[in-house]
Amino acid sequence: MRTQSWLARKNHLIQNNKDIFLVLTHKAIKIRYKSQILGYFWSLLNPLLFTLIYYFIFSVIMKVKIENYPAFLVCGLFPWQWIGNSIGVSPGIFAGNASLIKKVNFPRNILVQVNVAQDAFHFLLTIPVICITLLLYGIFPSINYLWGIPLLAGIQFIFLYCISLFISTINLFFRDTENLIRFFLMFSMYMTPVMYSADMIPAKYKGLIVLNPFAPLIINWRSLLMEGSISFVYVGVLLGYCVVFWMISHYVYRKLSPKFAEVL
Amino acid sequence: MEVIKFENVSKSYPRYHEITGGIKLLILNLPSAIKNLRSMRYSALEGVSFSVKKGESVGIIGRNGAGKSTTLGLIAGVLNPTSGSVEVNDRISPLLELGGGFHHDLTGRENIKLNGVLLGLRLNEVIAKLDQIIEFSELGDFIDQPLRSYSSGMKARLGFSVVAHLNPKILLIDEVLGVGDIRFREKCKRKIKEFKANGVTIVLVSHSVAEVMEVCDKVIWIDNKKVRASGKAVDVCQQYCDFMGIPLPKLAE
Repeated sequence: MRTQSWLARKNHLIQNNKDIFLVLTHKAIKIRYKSQILGYFWSLLNPLLFTLIYYFIFSVIMKVKIENYPAFLVCGLFPWQWIGNSIGVSPGIFAGNASLIKKVNFPRNILVQVNVAQDAFHFLLTIPVICITLLLYGIFPSINYLWGIPLLAGIQFIFLYCISLFISTINLFFRDTENLIRFFLMFSMYMTPVMYSADMIPAKYKGLIVLNPFAPLIINWRSLLMEGSISFVYVGVLLGYCVVFWMISHYVYRKLSPKFAEVL
Repeated sequence: MEVIKFENVSKSYPRYHEITGGIKLLILNLPSAIKNLRSMRYSALEGVSFSVKKGESVGIIGRNGAGKSTTLGLIAGVLNPTSGSVEVNDRISPLLELGGGFHHDLTGRENIKLNGVLLGLRLNEVIAKLDQIIEFSELGDFIDQPLRSYSSGMKARLGFSVVAHLNPKILLIDEVLGVGDIRFREKCKRKIKEFKANGVTIVLVSHSVAEVMEVCDKVIWIDNKKVRASGKAVDVCQQYCDFMGIPLPKLAE
């Protein structure tokens, strides 16, 4: 009898946490698209504008020889936009929800999941734009999208969740993390084959590419979107990173989350 | 049965803002920074013990900064005691600070859902009670307006209306009855008495002695980080009023 009621309470708690996640995500998405009529288009504008800029610099001026360069760029910049958005705002996730954290005792990592989820939702909305761009260059969407996109998006979700959890936790205790993140993101973007292809990396550095966790992700997104194929070696590397990041971020989070309400 | 039990509870806060000032300072003086961190704490509660029985309503009074909110935070489970033990044996429904869990770009209706799940209801339970909650709030057409257009009294109404429709076992109330017009305040008090009649344990933090005396059976007076007095509401309030140099308010009834 006693254990039964305990189980029922536990179950209620888990279901309630799911509801908190859903309601908060719904709220976040709503707010993102509510205040501006052009909400969706504004967030398309950013990667499209950068596509144009990079196309102009690398293709027109520097004459880099990559076939269908604008399509190539779109396939790297759109997934990167999700990475950049999620990590870029992660320092403020806990810091910006002080009133909630100080009053209600709910699992704080839900806030991080919500943040990555709304960016994921947004990324999925931009996939038609990627397809249209590819079609303009005569590349047809592959049937492999059907399993490839959920697979890569799933990995990227876990990935970004772990990184954001780590950053948002640490930022409560060292507020200058926020400033470091901007440099970290810029550095990572140039170190990742977003606007160049992995083949262009000189042979002696090529082995180092797997040291950058974002590289296998972007390479796979591009090969999926442009050729309909995924490298399973890279998927393996990514899963390895997921496990490591999960363990580190949850260790830090478990140690520090009881102190959140004190430092806010 | 005791549902809340504080045993010799102390709470001190580390002065994290000393290091939140910069990672550079921390790295440059790591050993001394760590030593400082350990020693530089300010305490908010010292050796506090009390217990609340099931169905009791307890008021916590005291001056600003006496440690009332820390006590509530410990009961709600958002803070952990530095030493001593805090036991809470029932489901808590914390009352959000006015507008605390609300979002200003969402409508009143959307905020009810948000607040409801944060306070521990399932989403379908909130949706089922939505009409009741809206009716209780008396906000009328405003309910579909974004919260930014609400006055502070209206936000308080919305917040209390959600709480009024929870099924709390322990109700924590942090100074919210002071807002809203007189009629709504009466309605809130009636609702709280209704909870009380249904055996809900109530912990009320307030600066209004009259309110505390009206709602609570028992009062704990926290002064300067310690329990100064606790016991029957009238007695403790009398002592508190004598100490503060104000007359004990007369109750209407």
